[in-house]
Amino acid sequence: MKERRIPAIKDGTVIDHIPSRDTFRIIRILNPQEFKYPINLALNLDSKKIGSKGVIKIDSRFLTQSEVNKIAILAPNATVSIIKNYKAIEKIQVKLPEELVGVLNCTNPVCITSKEIVISKFKVLREEPLEVKCHYCERVYGKDEVEIKRK
Amino acid sequence: MNFKGRDIISVRDFSKSDLLYILKIAKEMEKEKPKLLDGKILATLFFEPSTRTRLSFESAMFRLGGKVLGFSDEKVTSVKKGETLWDTIKMAERYSDVIVIRSPVEGSARLAAEAASIPVINGGDGANQHPTQMLLDLYTIQKIKKKIEGLKIGFLGDLKYGRTVHSLAIALSFWKVEMCFIAPDALQMPEHYIKELREKGIKCHKTSDVFEVSPKLDILYVTRIQQERFPDPLEYEKYKNAYRLDITLLDHIKKDLKIMHPLPRVGEINAELDDTEHAIYFEQAANGVAVRKALLALVLGKEK
Ligand SMILES: [Zn+2]
Repeated sequence: MKERRIPAIKDGTVIDHIPSRDTFRIIRILNPQEFKYPINLALNLDSKKIGSKGVIKIDSRFLTQSEVNKIAILAPNATVSIIKNYKAIEKIQVKLPEELVGVLNCTNPVCITSKEIVISKFKVLREEPLEVKCHYCERVYGKDEVEIKRK
Repeated sequence: MNFKGRDIISVRDFSKSDLLYILKIAKEMEKEKPKLLDGKILATLFFEPSTRTRLSFESAMFRLGGKVLGFSDEKVTSVKKGETLWDTIKMAERYSDVIVIRSPVEGSARLAAEAASIPVINGGDGANQHPTQMLLDLYTIQKIKKKIEGLKIGFLGDLKYGRTVHSLAIALSFWKVEMCFIAPDALQMPEHYIKELREKGIKCHKTSDVFEVSPKLDILYVTRIQQERFPDPLEYEKYKNAYRLDITLLDHIKKDLKIMHPLPRVGEINAELDDTEHAIYFEQAANGVAVRKALLALVLGKEK
């Protein structure tokens, strides 16, 4: 049976296979307060692939490449489907780039990026569990420590 | 191998053949070469004082016939007036051929290298990297033991915050060596380093008891427990005297064990060990000049 826990949408985006615990962080990346369309989400759904998953459906909104990349940081197995007229016309498997430029903040208070205007750069050391390294101070961050830029 | 124009920022930037080449050139630099860098200018930009590193770089440059300009305290510069690091570097690169930068701000050297069109050498960026220290440590080991392969190396002291230990361990992991990490649990080598070293096939051993491992060591690398790295002064008080090596150590070591220390020391090694043939820390510091001569010549493309 099809996913019926959340109402189907006519046009918009469905993000599936998000780890349940990271679903709210992903919602936050999408700056929900800034658009007026409805968002539906479900949590703690069974998933063969990742155990317990969340699903987000967003009405009438499509994601930018930068937003898709941010989702990949928290949910490397997520799929993003573009819905037109109740049909998924495109299904994207998110992919984490090798380098994240201008996407994360380095939270090290003595890092040069917190003193001077510098575009942040992080190298992805490992996807799962996530490990990224600041190009400047070389500090390594795990998934729960990374700070994703809102804009 | 061509180092001309390269920046020297982090242990992570080197391959094994890079390291071997630097060690080879450093050995050649033990000879006098008073004209090698004739007409070249080194800018030493020290945003915090570090007499040892600065004098060693200046000596290296002078011994190769080059000249030095710079500052060793940001209070006297326009940085105090809010000038960005980027702009300071853009200015300095027009006055010099190579830059050495030292700063408490981590990542400064990497950013400086991106700003500069001339080579930048990291003279230490906070708790992050100090590649010239790592290279002189490596050089000292190779010089005194005539090899690196197969050595058993003990690291003692603050292994949690000690950047010199982290960098040296990563550099040594290009060779098949054995490492012992000797520290109280709270100051032990971070787990992610141990994991990385083991993934590279390095045998690692952790203990808090120096005498447990000292009889099989070839090198004992001692570090200071640094007050400024401790968030809590009470924690520092607890550990500052954790290890104080003295002549009783001599009953628990191989005849050819060598003791290293990046200096300054604050009591980890009793002066009574200084006159034994085991102590090589002053020689180690002196090796800094040959290694820095090599780096200056290499990045300026003048090593031959
Ligand atoms: Zn950083």
